[in-house]
Amino acid sequence: MQLSSLAPGEQGRVTFISAEGDMRRRLIDIGLIENTEVSCLGRSPLGDPSAYLIRGAVIALRDSDADTVFIEREG
Amino acid sequence: MGITMQSSTKDARINTRSIEKKEESDLVVALVGNPNVGKSTVFNALTGMHQHTGNWTGKTVSMASGYVKAYDRGFCLVDLPGCYSLFAHSREEEVARDFILEGNADAVIVVCDGTCLERNLILALQILCLTKNVVLCVNLLDEAKKKHIEINLKKLEELLGIPVIGTTARKKKGLSNLLRAVLKIKKRPPADVWNLPENAGRSEEETAREIVRHAEEISRTVKNEAGESAYARDRRVDRILTSKAFGFPIMFLMLLGIFWLTIEGANYPSSILSEFLFRFETPLLQFLDFLPAPLPEVLVLGAYRVTAWVVSVMLPPMAIFFPLFTLLEDLGYLPRVAFNLDKCFKKCRACGKQALTMCMGFGCNAAGVVGCRIIDSPRERLIAILTNSFVPCNGRFPFLVAVLTMFFAGSGSVLSAVGLAGFIVLGVLITLLVSYLLSVTILKGVPSSFTLELPSYRRPQIGSVIVRSVFDRTIFVLGRALVSAAPCGILIWICANVMVGDASILKICTDFLNPFASLFGLDGVILMAFILGLPANEIVLPIIVMAYMSGGTLTGMEDLIGLKALLSANGWTAVTAICTMLFSLMHWPCATTLLTVRKETGSLWWTVAAFLIPTIVGFTACFLVNTIENILL
Repeated sequence: MQLSSLAPGEQGRVTFISAEGDMRRRLIDIGLIENTEVSCLGRSPLGDPSAYLIRGAVIALRDSDADTVFIEREG
Repeated sequence: MGITMQSSTKDARINTRSIEKKEESDLVVALVGNPNVGKSTVFNALTGMHQHTGNWTGKTVSMASGYVKAYDRGFCLVDLPGCYSLFAHSREEEVARDFILEGNADAVIVVCDGTCLERNLILALQILCLTKNVVLCVNLLDEAKKKHIEINLKKLEELLGIPVIGTTARKKKGLSNLLRAVLKIKKRPPADVWNLPENAGRSEEETAREIVRHAEEISRTVKNEAGESAYARDRRVDRILTSKAFGFPIMFLMLLGIFWLTIEGANYPSSILSEFLFRFETPLLQFLDFLPAPLPEVLVLGAYRVTAWVVSVMLPPMAIFFPLFTLLEDLGYLPRVAFNLDKCFKKCRACGKQALTMCMGFGCNAAGVVGCRIIDSPRERLIAILTNSFVPCNGRFPFLVAVLTMFFAGSGSVLSAVGLAGFIVLGVLITLLVSYLLSVTILKGVPSSFTLELPSYRRPQIGSVIVRSVFDRTIFVLGRALVSAAPCGILIWICANVMVGDASILKICTDFLNPFASLFGLDGVILMAFILGLPANEIVLPIIVMAYMSGGTLTGMEDLIGLKALLSANGWTAVTAICTMLFSLMHWPCATTLLTVRKETGSLWWTVAAFLIPTIVGFTACFLVNTIENILL
């Protein structure tokens, strides 16, 4: 499944990132690589973007970007 | 290490040269860190706040440098812009990367956030791949403690092989150790510094992953966390501030609250100041009597009067607005505004961080334009730059408040605040509309990707809020206004008093502009004031008043009632007021902002666009209002 389909409160583990170019770089730089644990904290009032907890930091990603991160749902 | 020099910004070069050693033995020390780790607090605490240069977002948008003497050694400290990575994305990050890569620093202090060590270590490890002369500063230890996070600094030092210093910069704890550690590594370079295992075939991306994995491993070893509850309070606050039900209402109320406090609070000091300053007018005129005529009048009724006006109208609102705004910034609320609004910007094919640069624009549009560096995509950055002046800066909103109060709100400051907030919302809507139009025409493109950190909420440091807002902002902005106020006062006095034939130069000019201006619900004087106000928007209202007053003598200008009488006597109606306010919200940016656009875009063409876009929108809006009024009445 994709990161964007993680509901607030749910957790997952990254399996694959399909983003390319700058965004791929950016995601790696904030620590989003395979096996990274991510949880969704909430959505903005208009439903997009959503806030994710990534390695102790809260990062907002747009759905269109979170679509490029594939995860396995956990617990 | 696969870090390559892609481009070296001119900025970095120019700034590098400005770092001057006082003695040959002085050490150049660069401060690097992720955004929001209190890097500037460390810098200010070390340099004793001897620098105040355009640090608007709470972020360093260009490099600030300061000098400190300690342990018989001089240190030139350079505060680099916050960055997540040396693999540069934004222009801010380029500046930081180039500075380190070009070997400008004798040592680098990497500032980390103790509450978010793992992510911060990624940058630290990247830097260690470039230079061994690094001291790690683990800051915000008090916040970490509050969140029940313990960090074993000794162990961290062992693992990295460089000095690690724990600090709480806002309480000035641990700072002296930082410079001592810098001296130590300069005397004896650390021998066993962490580095990536040799592996020639590794791609740049593989290197980056390796570093992320190492950061995770190190963090796991040195960090002791008491459960998930550590961040629970932040989550609770976020659930309210960014909720479907309350996100937008709270944002609007916050805006309203700030304006109400500013308007209500500034009212009384403003009239006292004006009464006080104008009391000197007559004595000053008498005192300067020895000068040949008309010099005393030029100086007093021209230069002094406009200056006094600007001070009394501008100073109190700024002195209230800036601290309040800095407070919101320090709390960490502004990124939430960007988070809430991002979808609107995305719809208009722009970047959500534009909301942040617009917030900066409230203070000063030139600062807002510089702040656009936080936007990665060049196309979206240009959109943000070109539309920034649709947010009324501090030079304009006291004008809006004055006109609103005179013509619509009576003496009710709540009504004025609501009216002003309405104008701001209009400005935001216009920004979105123009951003969209630009995106489908001259700046065609789709929205690029976007990552935005929502940092922890922090208790603001009241002392630093006041210092920063008063010194960095109030005095800076007011000073700039005054520099143009005095010469403009002289110019306008001369224009109003030098006669050509039967009429003064001023009258000739305003009469000339009148037919054109009246198409837009304005008059020649108003349009002329906006033209003369190009150096600083603050002087628009004083120029209007002086121009009207030159027709006859009027006293009692200290209060708005007298002012309204003057404006009404010169033909102002409610429609004139609306058109003037609209034009104030949407017209050419001030000269400083235009120069900044020129510098940031490096293009005359975009500077012209930054001038024309708001001007055309403003004239159109005024024309519509005026035409509708003419048809209806």
